[in-house]
Amino acid sequence: MTENNVIEVIDVWKAFKTVQAVKGISLNILKGQFVALLGPNGAGKTTLVEMIEGIQKPDRGEITIMGKHWKGNEDELRRMIGLALQETRLIDKLRVTETLALFASFFNLGKKRVDEIIELVGLEEKRKSYVVNLSGGQRQRLAIGIALLNSPAILLLDEPTTGLDPNARREIWDILKKLKKLSETSMILTTHYMEEAEKLCDYIVILDNGIILREGSLDQLLAENRSLDDLFVALTGRRIYE
Amino acid sequence: MSKILKLNQLRHLTTAYFLELIREPGVLMWGIVFPILMSLGLGLAFTKKTDVTRKVAVIRSEEITTSENSQLYSFLNNKCKINTYSKEAGDDYRWIFEIADNKLGNTKFLFYELSYDDAIVLLKRGTVSLIISDNHGKTEYHFDPVNSDAELTFMKISPHIGTGSVMVSENTEVIKPLTVAGTRYIDFLIPGIITLGVMMSTMWGISYGIIEKRSKKLLRRLVATPMKKSHFLISLITVRVAMNIFEAAIIILFAILVFKMEIQGSIAAMIILFLAGNIAFSGIAVLVSSHTSNTEVGNGLINFIVTPMMVLSGIFFSYSNFPEWSLPVIKLFPLTMLTDSMRSIFNEGAGFPETVLPVVILTATGVVFFAAGLKIFKWH
Repeated sequence: MTENNVIEVIDVWKAFKTVQAVKGISLNILKGQFVALLGPNGAGKTTLVEMIEGIQKPDRGEITIMGKHWKGNEDELRRMIGLALQETRLIDKLRVTETLALFASFFNLGKKRVDEIIELVGLEEKRKSYVVNLSGGQRQRLAIGIALLNSPAILLLDEPTTGLDPNARREIWDILKKLKKLSETSMILTTHYMEEAEKLCDYIVILDNGIILREGSLDQLLAENRSLDDLFVALTGRRIYE
Repeated sequence: MSKILKLNQLRHLTTAYFLELIREPGVLMWGIVFPILMSLGLGLAFTKKTDVTRKVAVIRSEEITTSENSQLYSFLNNKCKINTYSKEAGDDYRWIFEIADNKLGNTKFLFYELSYDDAIVLLKRGTVSLIISDNHGKTEYHFDPVNSDAELTFMKISPHIGTGSVMVSENTEVIKPLTVAGTRYIDFLIPGIITLGVMMSTMWGISYGIIEKRSKKLLRRLVATPMKKSHFLISLITVRVAMNIFEAAIIILFAILVFKMEIQGSIAAMIILFLAGNIAFSGIAVLVSSHTSNTEVGNGLINFIVTPMMVLSGIFFSYSNFPEWSLPVIKLFPLTMLTDSMRSIFNEGAGFPETVLPVVILTATGVVFFAAGLKIFKWH
């Protein structure tokens, strides 16, 4: 492991009953790097993230976070990771501040950090609103705020903008761009939006059917194709949404 | 200590679930008002003898029947009052007969003269439970012998078809209504309502709450933090037990004030037994909800557990009416054990010596089920 490696995934395999979801993926993620896992539904993005997150065990292969395996280091690694899912329904009848305070208590953090997060995700005017009364975009900003509470070394975002309108999506992007500027957090973002991968990430991994088809920086990937969409068509013979 | 119990987490989790619960308006209605209304309704129905009206269908005879050639019509025309507003269409009663009884309550019999087909329709709808017909001067009674209400109507009216228009029950001096605390139906009912409340509130509140949180992926989100997993369940249980204590206290207070009920045994033993019952059902609730994320499956599982106990554990009526062979099994149900012990405290003056065994069994049941549930608990 090199000093800058935050996550190392080495020849990882995972199957669910008869479906082979991940087939021998290897990946290194560096400190401060924003990585997009780009691929259609069923590509294996979420399974890979769940294995990195430690809630799924690989059938074969190895995953280390900051040089540590999940087994025996669970509590320590959980303190380093922030997570936001595509659609987490939080407790409807809790206010924004109460929700953040609840999650902050898991990391022994106090009100000061809750206030910082509310400012970071732009929910100052909604701090007393019940979660159930937030819009989809506001709810997702809250979910990202929760993921950032512990100033994570690694941020895992699983389809964080799916189903959001363009404005809400841009607000999420702004938060993540601000995070890139202000911290050394590494991020893995799963998405099937090409634009999201292009705008936010400095390393893009294109997945399909559980394998990596191509990976590199945006410039590297677009050396022979006009867009990521064209590249995906060239690699698979179909568009990402098909 | 800090590794076993993370008090800050526990406090925040408990507060969060408490706020979630009390901010739901339905909780007030279904958790507090409904049990009181149920106690009030059942209590009034079974403690105060109010006038009872029994509706009876009389088959309109195709033959010409008169008081002279029919025992039934002799009774109807001579000993009942005729309803002057009676309609030919048959949607109003034609005769009324009353039995006055200041101890067992007055009974009014309303007789509807109908065709056989119309009478059967009303029987099917439950409007009448007894049909009377005249067969060449002989009175015939048609009813389902398994229907105790029909049987009672038959037993009360049949001796009178042939006697006075307003009957006063004879030998009423031999009837001594029981009014001693602990012997009334309400004394039997209230401990059952309390224990049923514990089971229903715990099973639905905890089990359904967990399954719903799993289906909403909230559990997956929580388990991605350093939250202590047992604290999540302990906080859910703590909030539910607190709610159950509040509900039970209101029902007891209500029963004392309205029905003049008395707790004849040890209040301390009652509190410990109540907590043991909560522990038992909390453990069962955790195990039941340990795996599924489908709320429909959850509904089925919870019903599979609560329905047999609700029916068999003797909440509303004694389980001694069930077949002899089933009683040892019924007595093993946590709800039966809790209810029997609660009744013995309320009505028989039981204390710690009588309740120690059920307390130990209920607590052990809860702990074992909780541990098993936590072991196989699926967080995502």
